[in-house]
Amino acid sequence: MSELSVDHLLGIKYITKEDINLIFETADHFKEIINRPIKKVPSLRDVTIANLFFENSTRTKLSFELAEKRLSADVINFSAGASSVKKGETLIDTVNNILSMKVDMVVMRHPNPGAGVFLSKNIKASIVNAGDGAHEHPTQALLDSYSIQKRLGDVGGKKVVIVGDILHSRVALSNIFALKLQGAEVKVCGPKTLMPKYIESLGVEVELNLRKALEWCDVANMLRVQNERMDISYFPSTREYIQQYGLDKELLDSLNKEIVIMHPGPINRGVEITSDVADSGQSIILNQVENGVAIRMAVIYLLASKIKKQ
Amino acid sequence: MSQKVLLNSKEVNIILNRLACQLIENHRDFKNTVLIGIQPRGVYVAERIKKLLEEDYKIADIKMGYLDITFFRDDFRRGDKPLEANKTKITFVVEDKNVVFIDDVLYTGRSINAALTAVQSFGRPREVELLTLIDRRFSRHLPIQPNYRGRQVDAINGEKVKVSWIENGGEDSVYLIEE
Repeated sequence: MSELSVDHLLGIKYITKEDINLIFETADHFKEIINRPIKKVPSLRDVTIANLFFENSTRTKLSFELAEKRLSADVINFSAGASSVKKGETLIDTVNNILSMKVDMVVMRHPNPGAGVFLSKNIKASIVNAGDGAHEHPTQALLDSYSIQKRLGDVGGKKVVIVGDILHSRVALSNIFALKLQGAEVKVCGPKTLMPKYIESLGVEVELNLRKALEWCDVANMLRVQNERMDISYFPSTREYIQQYGLDKELLDSLNKEIVIMHPGPINRGVEITSDVADSGQSIILNQVENGVAIRMAVIYLLASKIKKQ
Repeated sequence: MSQKVLLNSKEVNIILNRLACQLIENHRDFKNTVLIGIQPRGVYVAERIKKLLEEDYKIADIKMGYLDITFFRDDFRRGDKPLEANKTKITFVVEDKNVVFIDDVLYTGRSINAALTAVQSFGRPREVELLTLIDRRFSRHLPIQPNYRGRQVDAINGEKVKVSWIENGGEDSVYLIEE
């Protein structure tokens, strides 16, 4: 095992294929550990981590917190809703105040793209980006690729289609970077209004027809329509979206091969996928959640090992 | 750098045989005993001992596992080199079992200290013993001593004891390396 090439995990854009391999190898060890009768290791017992969530989150926050606790780190949690941010405090002030309490690492979710990068340049602590606006969500992309690797043996050479709201999705962007880095072929599929303008410059193809996309792929990652980020109407109605881009069992069974279904959660059951697809044997949605803890343990462990003892 | 042979292949194998016999004296049929090789190098010793017990002494159904202690070590973030993890493979619970840790060289005792914590993730053993091929005297940082020792060696701090095995590309032997 060697070291990560970076001191922060700000996005997949900033890391290498070797970093991804190292994270996956480390996650393998942690996956074994979290299936033991006692699921905890004492590695990070002198490390304090602050989880700063300036935006709502359920599973990512829980997953990070669980990962930190399984590594025996001390954890402090912060939610913007109940904080001085509401009283007008700036991001740097908030974080510096928290850091003066001797925090070694910051896991941050923020509605503004680039918040993690900004922070990493201004404060002394290891930063893990847990989602910054519509920019990146690196640990989600890592756990998605890791789940594909566990299910199909390898990510390289696999065909992956990302379906849905690509425009507002940090999961899509991080996934595109991660999959391309590992040699997968990537297509995006969704309404034209939800496609970013220059998406093809990232080396992905756009497919507007869901059936064609599904027939092409080995893995379909179904994204949620992010109504909370939509300031205007991007499609006529939810009903029409379901007709065009919703995946149901009938469509899945009519394909000429068995594809793997993924979803980063939270699922709008009956919109992007129906319940019987989400709960089918082809779905690895719950594996993604389990792998998420192992991947986050690996990322935190590897970054913490770069923080030298004072 | 100079190296001296401490034990040759014949001596290593005589010692392994003696250690296997000593284990039989205390554990008889191994029904309630499990062997755990400490990763990475204790695994070679453990595999050899298990093979001897099965083939030469006809003891069947010996439970053996590998334990990696990387995430339980007390020197995380203290060294210059990142720690390298290996696979843990323990497919049984150790609750109420007699556990025998097997390692190649006992030096500071810190690895065994970590292993004592790590093994508790798999249950509460009835007792834990330690078997080591080489016991480096006068170098312990912790009050840990082996129950079964192959050979006691006096080595000063600048010296290293290296065990090589046919299985990892060398020959069965133990060297004292002066750096």
